[in-house]
Amino acid sequence: MATTQSMERTGSLGRFPSVKTSLALVTGVMMLVDLYLIFMVAPTDAVLGHVQRVFYFHVPVAIMSFLGFFIVFIGSLMYLMKRTPKWDAIANASAEVGVIFVTLALITGIIWAKPVWNTWWTWEPRLTTTMILWLIYVAYLMVRSYAPSQSKGAIYAAVVGIVGFVDVPIVYYSVVWWRSIHPSPVVGPFAQSDALDSTMAWILLYSFITFLFFFAYMVMERMELRRTEEALAHVRFTLRRRER
Amino acid sequence: MKGLFGPVMVIVWKDLLLELRSRELVVSIIVFGLLVVVVFNFALNNTPGRSEELAPGILWAAFAFAAILAMNRAFVRDQEQGGLEGLLISPVSRDAIFLGKALTSLIFMLLVEAALLPIYAVMLDFSALSFGLMLTIFLGTLGFAVVGTLFSAIAVQTRSREIMLPVLFFPVLLPVIIAAVEASTRAVGGETFVGMGRWLPLIAVFDALFLVICPWVFAFVVEE
Repeated sequence: MATTQSMERTGSLGRFPSVKTSLALVTGVMMLVDLYLIFMVAPTDAVLGHVQRVFYFHVPVAIMSFLGFFIVFIGSLMYLMKRTPKWDAIANASAEVGVIFVTLALITGIIWAKPVWNTWWTWEPRLTTTMILWLIYVAYLMVRSYAPSQSKGAIYAAVVGIVGFVDVPIVYYSVVWWRSIHPSPVVGPFAQSDALDSTMAWILLYSFITFLFFFAYMVMERMELRRTEEALAHVRFTLRRRER
Repeated sequence: MKGLFGPVMVIVWKDLLLELRSRELVVSIIVFGLLVVVVFNFALNNTPGRSEELAPGILWAAFAFAAILAMNRAFVRDQEQGGLEGLLISPVSRDAIFLGKALTSLIFMLLVEAALLPIYAVMLDFSALSFGLMLTIFLGTLGFAVVGTLFSAIAVQTRSREIMLPVLFFPVLLPVIIAAVEASTRAVGGETFVGMGRWLPLIAVFDALFLVICPWVFAFVVEE
């Protein structure tokens, strides 16, 4: 039902909505399974207790927001070089979804930090860098909406998307040199091999895939919304001209 | 390089002349810089014993706010009178316009800082006669001027431009502020260049990186 409606609405855009809708369905099912795995299957952490379960949400969401900002960087570069609106649409959608994801990462991080470190917030490199990321990409969205025209906004945003992304590693290292107390990474190239139980590792991997699908779905949905906005603006423009 | 140098100097001279005739920027920012010290002195409860540890932080907070004020005005005069269009039509490369504007802001800010530094040294009781401190101030201000000029060119064209500039400026400039405070603390404490560690190289790398990127993206910002 939803599929046929969106097919009619977007008209000749073909099978893109059906890809999006099936992605939404898959993501929804995977998300439910993920919840079951996190709360029923995953073992309770011996030291940290139940609060450790926020980690299956926190880590994937944080990594996906970084992926989002990387896509913003690529989209911004390509938009400045090629000037095809598609690249701007990709960058804009990734930035909006990335800001939501990074906000979630900050909130879940604060929930985790209070029982574990006994403080809501600490000026530690990864926290500080994430906070700065949030500020840079909120500025990205502000510059876009405060610009005198949509095309100008796209260019300003692309500039912020490039400068901001280049700046992130420098922010990270400056804060690392300043101070560090974050627990060493439990996944990724620097992980200690015994930091995660194998069940935990599998569930985390599953969460990653789930949130990757969720991220992709949100970006596609946002891009379609923009197409609808543009179509609406076009209809309004034509109607106004006819009235005269 | 020769083709770049001439136009850059003409743009710098134009803005310096405007400032000499109107005197609306440098003097008012110096007064503002004094106010910042008064406010921070009471906000942080500065006492003679803690002065050396607090002074670099207050110094850079004041310089960063002063930079925002200076950068906010960098394109306003050009924007209001349509001078920016004249600049863009003239047969001068975008790089020259960017470098001219950044150099003007650098000169303005260094003038402000040169006036404020001895006053701060007296009021906050630290020794400003350190080559390390001077170099830190120069490199830090250069970073402010380069990135600030780019963001100023964007902010001046947006709605609520006075707010847009700091919102863009502070997150990106955070590494420079951290590094400048750390380097200044060591310089004021009597350390040599070796003792100042990697903070000066960090600012230098930041400056070099954005001296390459900013002129390049500036061309997109000012295009019609």
